[in-house]
Amino acid sequence: MENQETTWKHVSFREHKGKYKGILAWILSTDHKRIGLLYFYTIIGFFLTGVCLGLAMKLELLAPGKTVMDAATYNAIFTLHGVIMIFLVVIPGLPAVFGNFMLPLMIGAKDVAFPRLNLLSWWVYVFGAIVALSSLFMQGGPPDTGWTFYAPYSFKTSTNMLPAVLGAFILGFSSILTGINFIVTIHRMRAPGMTWFKMPLFPWTLYGTAWIQILATPILAVTLMLIAGERLLNIGFFDPSLGGDPILYQHLFWIYSHPAVYIMILPAMGAISEIIPTFSNKSIFGYKVIVISTLAIAFVGYFVWGHHMFTSGMSGTALYTFSILTFLVAIPSAIKVFNWVSTMHKASIQLDPPFFWAVSFLFVFMIGGLSGLALGALSVNVHLHDTAFVVAHFHYIVFGGTGFAFMGAIHYWFPKMWGRMYNTRMATTGWIFFFIGFNTLYLPMFFLGVAGMPRRYYDYVDRFHGPNIISTIGSWVLFTGLMIIIVNLIHAAKNGPVASKDPWGGKTLEWTVDSPPTFENFEEIPVVEKGPYDYR
Amino acid sequence: MDSSAVIQNIHRDDEGSKMGMWLFIFTELLLFAGLFIVYSIYRYLNPAAFALAAEQLSVTIGTINTIALLISSATIAMASSSIRLKNKKLTLFLLLVTIIMAIVFMVNKYFEWMGKIDHGFFPSSPTLQSLGSGDTLFFGLYFFMTGLHALHIVIGIVLIAIVFIRVKNNSITDNNPVLLDNSGLYWHMVDVIWIFLFPLFYLIT
Repeated sequence: MENQETTWKHVSFREHKGKYKGILAWILSTDHKRIGLLYFYTIIGFFLTGVCLGLAMKLELLAPGKTVMDAATYNAIFTLHGVIMIFLVVIPGLPAVFGNFMLPLMIGAKDVAFPRLNLLSWWVYVFGAIVALSSLFMQGGPPDTGWTFYAPYSFKTSTNMLPAVLGAFILGFSSILTGINFIVTIHRMRAPGMTWFKMPLFPWTLYGTAWIQILATPILAVTLMLIAGERLLNIGFFDPSLGGDPILYQHLFWIYSHPAVYIMILPAMGAISEIIPTFSNKSIFGYKVIVISTLAIAFVGYFVWGHHMFTSGMSGTALYTFSILTFLVAIPSAIKVFNWVSTMHKASIQLDPPFFWAVSFLFVFMIGGLSGLALGALSVNVHLHDTAFVVAHFHYIVFGGTGFAFMGAIHYWFPKMWGRMYNTRMATTGWIFFFIGFNTLYLPMFFLGVAGMPRRYYDYVDRFHGPNIISTIGSWVLFTGLMIIIVNLIHAAKNGPVASKDPWGGKTLEWTVDSPPTFENFEEIPVVEKGPYDYR
Repeated sequence: MDSSAVIQNIHRDDEGSKMGMWLFIFTELLLFAGLFIVYSIYRYLNPAAFALAAEQLSVTIGTINTIALLISSATIAMASSSIRLKNKKLTLFLLLVTIIMAIVFMVNKYFEWMGKIDHGFFPSSPTLQSLGSGDTLFFGLYFFMTGLHALHIVIGIVLIAIVFIRVKNNSITDNNPVLLDNSGLYWHMVDVIWIFLFPLFYLIT
């Protein structure tokens, strides 16, 4: 075995020759880095599909009345946009791509705890995606319930609900398997000397995320099974005519889906916590506080699901409780923002693309977070419920938060993952377009929502016309930015200059190995003596 | 040069595997927890109908099934011990008893379900609809929860059969018993869920 290790010494994981050749060497690989990239390519594929659906919706809203599609098509498109973006892109997004690739590198391990299970979870993900998307091509047409599959419409509609629901169920399995894998990896495989509080923050957030994944996803799984049961067997749990209660569905659904929002945002916060100290050349401010607030978000996040249902009919006590808890969960998020800003205070900042993404993350995340508080207030919520305001808030958090962090992470770790450097000027140009487009797209929706424009309608009254035009133009600017970024990265992955081990001056363990890393990651498992952000 | 095999040899971590299994068991318990929530809400809303409907279920069959599962849980735990005592023959025998008990459970379940369906007690049947919404919900829950549990029994049978084969061809031995232990953990979980299902559906009348 010693001999084998020496022959592998300087071969990157991309060139490593295993049992299989060609594409099989990737899709059957148990190497966490290859699986991370597999996830990356599939997720980007689905992301672009979702983006196109989003563009189509915005195009429809360019003018009142029927613009390019009829109401039924619009319903199908916003459902697909939601299902694809939530279940296929944002939930697996950062944990599956950067978690898989970076977690073992950052904690000084050679792989995750269960490499074969890791590969299985990618396959389960692909299978779930195929099942979910098969609803598009079957008779009956794609589902039109919105991504929440609310009862009773979800078992009354004649569209293809079953594949969508089963697909989401299968995707849940993939999520659970990844979660189990990460928890065991973090517990068992940290490098010698890396105590819990010497672990970098991205693994910490992955740890919190993994717990949410395994504790919340089963509830969604069983809820989706009940929807399938309603459709196939008429069991009647959510059907008032059989004695059931549709509100119960909403409870069960949000018991999962609210924590799922934290599955989306926690790893994004982790990535930002890596980028900001690196580009500030300064150790992160309040490391332990960030860790504790991560765990606090993961914990309190379980008890706020009711704020999605303020207008559905709940007792007064339940309303107050959920509202107060919703305000509580904002505190740890705000603490993190203060920590990130404090890290930049009196720092020597490198202005590179990942840093731009990180600071713009702070900007949009603040808007998203504060508008969330507006929605968490009971009286305001009654007015804003199911308006464009909610859509704007959600996109500021999930697209602005998680999406910007994903973009930041890809620009940050690109040299490590592909071993090449991209053109930073072009990356910055792409970011400018993206940032301006993003705000042009979603800011008007806050005003539309306050003015009373409902969400999920393909039509609107004339007085909403102006902001909708601005919003649609914003979607084109954003798309331009996205294209610049993608072209830049594709070009860099093929022809970019070779990257050094540590192009940004990062101090965490992944910057001590080759770019791209060798198959074994570390020829010798490192011994950790210092904290993760040992700058000055 | 089998690269993945090399990695697995280096990283064999029985503690880690068991931890993974425990986490998986949490997820399974939470899967059923969602259904227990649904059950408790509808029981609270329809106390009389649920109490009456429960009398339709046969306590005898339920008891036999409970005993079968308890025996099987004991035998698989004993199999975990006997493999450590290097008694392969006894291990195989105990695993076989476990599988037989699981099959006894399934056969019983089959007759029980068929009996209910013959009497017209199945989801959305006219009989149930004439009885009212409480009975509809009770039997909906009954079929859904015991059905999901039965699915876990079937998965367990397959799993234990794999363990049986692997013990037989010596790929599970006293120095590598973690798959047997994990199957045992899974099986106990299935057993524990039944221990809750049995009183909730059969005994509270």
